[in-house]
Amino acid sequence: MSATAAPPATAPKVALRGVRKSFGDVEVLRGVDLDVAPGEVTVVLGPSGSGKSTLLRTINHLEKVDGGSVSVDGVLVGYRRSGNKLYELREREILRQRTRIGFVFQNFHLFPHLTVLENITEAPVSALRRPRPAAEEAARRLLARVGLADRAEAYPRQLSGGQQQRVAIARALALEPGLLLFDEPTSALDPELVGEVLDVIRDLAAAGTTMIVVTHEIGFAREVADTVVFMDEGRIVERGTPAEVLDRPAHERTRAFLSKVL
Amino acid sequence: MSSVPLDTLAAPGPAPAAAPAKTDPDAPVVVPARRTGQWAAAGAVLVLLGLGLVSVVRNDAFQWDVVARYFTSASVLRGLGLTLWLTAAVMILGFALGTLLAALRLSANPVLRAVSWGYVWFFRSTPILVQLLFWFNIGMLYPRILGVSTVDLLGPVAVAVIGLTLHEAAYAAEVVRGGILSVDRGQIEAAQALGLGRRRRFTRIVLPQAMRAIVPPAGNMLIGTLKGTSIVSVIAVQDLLYSTQLVYHRTYEVIPLLLVATLWYVAVTSVLGVGQHYVEKRYARGTGAAR
Repeated sequence: MSATAAPPATAPKVALRGVRKSFGDVEVLRGVDLDVAPGEVTVVLGPSGSGKSTLLRTINHLEKVDGGSVSVDGVLVGYRRSGNKLYELREREILRQRTRIGFVFQNFHLFPHLTVLENITEAPVSALRRPRPAAEEAARRLLARVGLADRAEAYPRQLSGGQQQRVAIARALALEPGLLLFDEPTSALDPELVGEVLDVIRDLAAAGTTMIVVTHEIGFAREVADTVVFMDEGRIVERGTPAEVLDRPAHERTRAFLSKVL
Repeated sequence: MSSVPLDTLAAPGPAPAAAPAKTDPDAPVVVPARRTGQWAAAGAVLVLLGLGLVSVVRNDAFQWDVVARYFTSASVLRGLGLTLWLTAAVMILGFALGTLLAALRLSANPVLRAVSWGYVWFFRSTPILVQLLFWFNIGMLYPRILGVSTVDLLGPVAVAVIGLTLHEAAYAAEVVRGGILSVDRGQIEAAQALGLGRRRRFTRIVLPQAMRAIVPPAGNMLIGTLKGTSIVSVIAVQDLLYSTQLVYHRTYEVIPLLLVATLWYVAVTSVLGVGQHYVEKRYARGTGAAR
């Protein structure tokens, strides 16, 4: 991690404070507080429309907040505080912050006109100014890690959905981010392809990567998550270990949701 | 299903793969429907074409010998050269200005958006012939520009380049804008999430994908512009058409010289069509068609 002033060991990797966000008249996030410790895997569950994806997108400032704050490694994301005001940063500074936060989309969003290798090397070469040969070497190592060493020269459309999502994960990892955000990474996949993507995420969790995963895969949450968060109507309703939230949910809405998806 | 004999049902095991399709000598043979009407229509069209061709070849008024004499004459080739570079200049300048207009139209700034919209609205709302005559007579509005006589500054060729470019840009702006809008919004978000800068996002991610939607209409415009440059003959610019007109005003060999111009236009547009095919292939990388 490149934070110059090393935060104390207990400092959270991600800290959300009272995050609010509206689209028009619809209030999508109604004051969300969340801490994620370094090396922790947090799984966010909730019915569709509960604000999970929006919450995830505020963490790398793909979504601007209307109120509250987001910090990663103790540094505000997207804003600079001066007195009692938060000033939005210039795009160049926001882009630099994003290179330390990996984001994996539900629909992969690989670049269809670039090969797998070019997809992965694009950000290290153009955003981090890495020399291309070094970036390609690193990309091939990442491809081997997600089990696609032989598909470097393929175009995304020649791959299955599960393979595309694994490339997208390798692309996010190429920036060596300290934090990975997954927005429903298996929701666009055929059922038989879900497992291969979850396997990759499971390996990353075992390697100690800090991750926030929005998903509907309850089994995955139970197995991999350190913390499970349940969201409903723009608020965090319940937060705890998988055993607490999934087996002994304290809140009525959590119980109602789990009874439908289990 | 009850009518199928039991012994023709697929047996378990490797039987379907091992046995070739033709196992039953009594199986009915598939016969396609007759297409008598298609043959009759094709024959009739070919006969009519043949009659037309004979009439062209046997009509001496076409004066093919005169066509041959002027086809590669120096003045016609000079006119062809002017048509070609005028087309290239108008396309390049028109698309440069058009891309700028498209960027303004897609910007977050409402003033820039309105200016771009107004430009396209105005230049698409008047005929190119009227615009060209207007620029040709601009000296009546502004006799001097920067202390120089307007008529000296802007000769007919300069007027042709300016007039055609401003008109072309209005159409190019819409083609480029449509291409950019055809790119999935998620592509830009993915590039932003990876920390790619604004210019890199445009040149590396958006534009190459937009080109797939831009090239076909741009190819259309290129061919249209090549033919459209013939309009500059009204302001006495010696393009391909005007150079043949100069000859037939002198010799009255109207038809053969119009044929000279026609054949050159057909030849050049055909070459451009072939070029467009390869450009489209280049930008289809990574799509199903390119596999």
